[in-house]
Amino acid sequence: MPGELTHSLWVVTLETLYMTSVATVLVVLAGLPLGVLLVLTDRGGLWERPGLHRVLGTFVNVGRSVPFIILMVAIVPLTRLLVGTTIGTTAAIVPLVVAAIPFMGRVVEQGLREVDSGLVEAAIAMGSTHRRVIVRVLLPEALPSLVRGTALVVISLLGYSAMAGAVGGGGLGDLAVKYGYMRFRTDVMLGCLAVLLALVQLVQWLGDGVASRFDHTSPHSRRAHD
Amino acid sequence: MIELRGISKVYRQGGREVSALQDVSLRVDPGEVFGVLGQSGAGKSTLIRCVNLLERPTQGRVRVNGKELLSLSPEELRLARQGIGMIFQHFNLFSSQTVAANVAYPLEVAGLPREQIRARVAELLALVGLSDKADTYPARLSGGQKQRVGIARALAPRPRILLSDEATSSLDPETTRSVLALLRDLNRQLGLTILLITHQMEVVKAICDTVAVLEQGRLVEQGKVVELLSRPGSHLHGLCYPPFTTGESAVLRGGQRVELSLSGEHSTRPILSTLARRFDVDAHLLEGSLERVGEARVGRLLFELTGAPDAVSQALAFLREQGLTSEEAAHAW
Ligand SMILES: Nc1ncnc2c1ncn2[C@@H]1O[C@H](COP(=O)(O)OP(=O)(O)OP(=O)(O)O)[C@@H](O)[C@H]1O
Ligand SMILES: [Mg+2]
Repeated sequence: MPGELTHSLWVVTLETLYMTSVATVLVVLAGLPLGVLLVLTDRGGLWERPGLHRVLGTFVNVGRSVPFIILMVAIVPLTRLLVGTTIGTTAAIVPLVVAAIPFMGRVVEQGLREVDSGLVEAAIAMGSTHRRVIVRVLLPEALPSLVRGTALVVISLLGYSAMAGAVGGGGLGDLAVKYGYMRFRTDVMLGCLAVLLALVQLVQWLGDGVASRFDHTSPHSRRAHD
Repeated sequence: MIELRGISKVYRQGGREVSALQDVSLRVDPGEVFGVLGQSGAGKSTLIRCVNLLERPTQGRVRVNGKELLSLSPEELRLARQGIGMIFQHFNLFSSQTVAANVAYPLEVAGLPREQIRARVAELLALVGLSDKADTYPARLSGGQKQRVGIARALAPRPRILLSDEATSSLDPETTRSVLALLRDLNRQLGLTILLITHQMEVVKAICDTVAVLEQGRLVEQGKVVELLSRPGSHLHGLCYPPFTTGESAVLRGGQRVELSLSGEHSTRPILSTLARRFDVDAHLLEGSLERVGEARVGRLLFELTGAPDAVSQALAFLREQGLTSEEAAHAW
């Protein structure tokens, strides 16, 4: 691969990292409260609101069932409203975020549901406010599974971002399609794939590492300090 | 201290209604260890959860620490709960937090300053003998240690009442004894009022002053443990002393089968040697037990009396006069 292309590969990798990391931050910020609300408003939850629960659930299901490529086109007006353009890495962040929020919401919901209801009960019996139950009990107890779930979301964001790149969003997908596919540059294609693969591995490894660092449920964990 | 009046609880499950409690009333006095004994499914957990309103009764009144809990606002109820400690069968410790952080939790809820929390946590861990485990996570503790942390956590905000939902049911016998001894000490030293539920007669005998027997959602009996155990015919007596395994036909020497129920002063008197001396009869022991319950001794004895027919009937008359033979045995005679 000539130096110029190696340089391009470096540039698009940075673009991909930019799209994915900004999207991740936004997705976590929105997905966390969404997941918490899904659990709280459910029947038997701390803040039962069946109507709201149904609305949120429907939103999440619809969001998760629309294919990303269609979603991207469908929300073009929203993208233009927010970013002013529909082309480029910043514009690509909008559909990435919209697509991943419902996913993240489910991940958070799942993680919180795994928390032993006895712990919530103990906290209530000690006179905790609901707020404290969420912040001091539910979220810390679910932390390892929230971290693992977030890694999953980041990995699918990497995939989505490549797709967004392919239709003008920049990043690894853009380069892979423009050079690797249209100009039959197999080396470029393989380079893009290798970088993507490395990124996925890295995220998975980080996710697992951080998650087990926070996991104190096993009596034999070497990491538990005492 | 705790007063439940006419508590009923109906669970609605799908279309079905399950009546878990029916018209249950009980009163726990300050400083008392009160046990509710019942089989699985009797409604014990439902009952104790009604005391701090983890479960809202369908009917009835709940009075704790002088407050009518059902008429409190959510905020008032939250504050009232800080004065009622609770421990659980499965401990319910926060696995993501160290032992010290678990014990500190209710103190944070109560809004204590950090310095005071630290001091109080150290004091509590010393009280339950776990000072060296402060920075350990609960997963690395044994069951008995976990329950001690549970007790320290429950007692942190100095509640005057402790509720115990089968706190020893998942512990081995030895650990059960040590946890019960700890609860007994806390009751004596701090004047802590304890309401516990259990399916284990051992627990009732080991630490309860008063007991209520719960059967299928109804209280069938309530009274002092020693009194009920010394009264053949009481539910508690029946549960504690199932029929002797030595059957009616097992009278080996052609003598008279006698069942004695021992309690109070009788339990300390030399009954058998008295019989032998005064009536010239022999007592052949078949089965029996005598144990300490609180400050008293209770038990029962099955033996066979042999000797001259006259002597035997005089001995039996003596026993009945002393109020020693249980009704069934007198009947058999
Ligand atoms: N949340 C619930 N929904 C429906 N039915 C319930 C619920 N909780 C308890 N029950 C029913 O109420 C009855 C009493 O249950 P409870 O848990 O109080 O019994 P228990 O005496 O504590 O039993 P165990 O010793 O097995 O814990 C049972 O028939 C149970 O199935
Ligand atoms: Mg129970």
